[in-house]
Amino acid sequence: MTAPTLPPVAHRRPVRTDVRVDATPARGYGDRVYGVFITTCALAVPALLVLVAAVIARSAWPAIEQVGTELLVGRTWDVPRGQFGALPALLGTLASSLFALLLATPLALGVAIYVTELAPLRLRKPVAFLVDVLAAIPSVVYGLWALYVLVPFLREHAMPFLGETLGLRELALFRGPAYGPSLLAASLVLAIMVLPYIASVAREVLQAVPRAQREAALALGATRWEMVRDAVLPYARSGLVGAVILGLGRALGETMAVTMVIGNRHEVPTSLFQPAYTMASLLANEFAEASGELHLSALMAVAGLLLAITLVVNAIARWLVWRMERRA
Amino acid sequence: MPSCPFPTRPAPRRLVLLLSAALMAACTPGADEAAERATRLARANVDLLGAGATFPYPLYARWFNTYAQETGVRINYQSIGSGGGIRQLIAGTVDFGATDVPMTDEEIARIPSGRVIHVPTVLGAVVITYNLPGLSRPLRLAPDVLADLFLGVITRWDDPRIAALNPGVALPDRDVLVVHRSDGSGTSYIFTDYLASVSPAWAAGPGRSKDVRWPVGLGGKGNEGVAGQVKQMPGAVGYVEATYARQNRLPTALLRNAAGNFVSPTAFEVAAAATSALEAAGDSADLRRSIVNAPGAQAYPIASFTWMLVAPELIGAEKTASLYRFVHWALHSGDQLARELGYEPLPTDLVDRLLPMLDRQLGLPDDSAAPR
Repeated sequence: MTAPTLPPVAHRRPVRTDVRVDATPARGYGDRVYGVFITTCALAVPALLVLVAAVIARSAWPAIEQVGTELLVGRTWDVPRGQFGALPALLGTLASSLFALLLATPLALGVAIYVTELAPLRLRKPVAFLVDVLAAIPSVVYGLWALYVLVPFLREHAMPFLGETLGLRELALFRGPAYGPSLLAASLVLAIMVLPYIASVAREVLQAVPRAQREAALALGATRWEMVRDAVLPYARSGLVGAVILGLGRALGETMAVTMVIGNRHEVPTSLFQPAYTMASLLANEFAEASGELHLSALMAVAGLLLAITLVVNAIARWLVWRMERRA
Repeated sequence: MPSCPFPTRPAPRRLVLLLSAALMAACTPGADEAAERATRLARANVDLLGAGATFPYPLYARWFNTYAQETGVRINYQSIGSGGGIRQLIAGTVDFGATDVPMTDEEIARIPSGRVIHVPTVLGAVVITYNLPGLSRPLRLAPDVLADLFLGVITRWDDPRIAALNPGVALPDRDVLVVHRSDGSGTSYIFTDYLASVSPAWAAGPGRSKDVRWPVGLGGKGNEGVAGQVKQMPGAVGYVEATYARQNRLPTALLRNAAGNFVSPTAFEVAAAATSALEAAGDSADLRRSIVNAPGAQAYPIASFTWMLVAPELIGAEKTASLYRFVHWALHSGDQLARELGYEPLPTDLVDRLLPMLDRQLGLPDDSAAPR
């Protein structure tokens, strides 16, 4: 950190929320209908969330009563014996999503910075468009591609390279036989899937940084890299965190592509080469044919857990953004 | 009760209605109501309504279509999975269910009349497929060896127990990699039912179920998921539905049956399994019978019926008779359609034994049957 950190130039004007404009214009019938309509629309979304949560909680209750905390800490998922421990799926979900983010975030931010700051004008639109197109590919297509292209590539080339050639197999993270379907395969396909989401939100955020911010930095003699690092990124920081969290939310809930390549094994993942499980895959695999009441209820509990994790992740993101804005 | 098996308390229900009104989505009531209404709508222009297993769905669709053209009786079938079929039958929202896995006594007890007749319609078989490059002959397996492969006891293909079953065949010195179904399925049930009936260790361990706790291996989603992984990985072994294996020309292992012969999953040998299993059981009334590990000399050991589920007391005499006429038609005239679609129809001698049994169970006079 040799270059001086530049304070944001443009100050956002605080919005007064404590003052109400009471100079009401003559309110007609239409205004009132419109008001009721728009309020209903606004309330509908939180109401839906509450409804979903309520239905899941009601359906999951028998399992929560009978299985209890075993659901959270148990490692055994044995349907015929009524053992429902979802810890492997829980950790698998978190591990695959976080590792996917680790891979996707630098790439996506790189794409966004390139497109907004560095790319020649002629290249900006095509690159941005192609990245957006990635988001439009259905997840089953990603899954099939991963199953028939990515997984064989991992097994034949990437895993032996990482394990033997680089000698990483001494590390716990790269231990075990190279089957192909694995936590690594799932994380890679997830990374590709969340990349366009992060990249396009980040691009919008960077584009919203005022020109004055950049010009001020350049005027102070900053190089282009220093301008991006010290003037653009700090200004856009909270928005960028939001972009990453959006990607995380997407990764947590992805089902089809992950199910096809993760190997679907109920084991707490300790190595990237190991087959694992995610909560979304577990639901996709077992829901259609579940007939036992406890089994169904346990699956509902897993669904509730997944919902809760998504909410917690979002809450943490909000808090991060809020803290950053306060410090800025 | 509609399809939701959990008790509905009055207060949340009122809340649900209130909120959904507020949502201005009065057209989207709770899932139960939606399912119920879909059922009522479907009832309005069909004579019979069924739901259940996905495995026989292509055949049922063809059967119902052809039957409607020939007799004018329309039957609507939704392939929502065996588990869903049983749930809907218990909830009373369908006239018949369909399943690859027989109902348990516990499930039958939840039907008000406590009586569900399992009507076998076609045969299914599960085959062992493998990826062993350079094998000169189809792999031969015995029940105990198969169980130990899936239990993780045998971990190498050049294991002496496998070599003893395959004399003169050079087995590769590779690790065994097991691939199983990750999604709950009738195929898994039939396969684990077989393993549990031939291997005490399997019965005491993973047991028989649509979802078991697999001791080793990777899970693939659907037949295509298992077949895809087996095809890609040398040393892999997995199990798939026989029709799927036939359509995709997968290599299949010969299995040693209860009579000690090595048999392949051909049509004849699957039919032999059904016939010999029923002969061994005599004329007992319960048709939800497992036919794995059947005693016949040529019987392929991992075979099963798929059933239509009829609860006569639930749907009344008129609908029972209507269903019964369809069953007669399907078992007598539907076998060619079944073969065309790659299914294994019940053998004729078996049909001749089955129909009188069904007559007695459904309590119908003989003249209610459709003319041949």
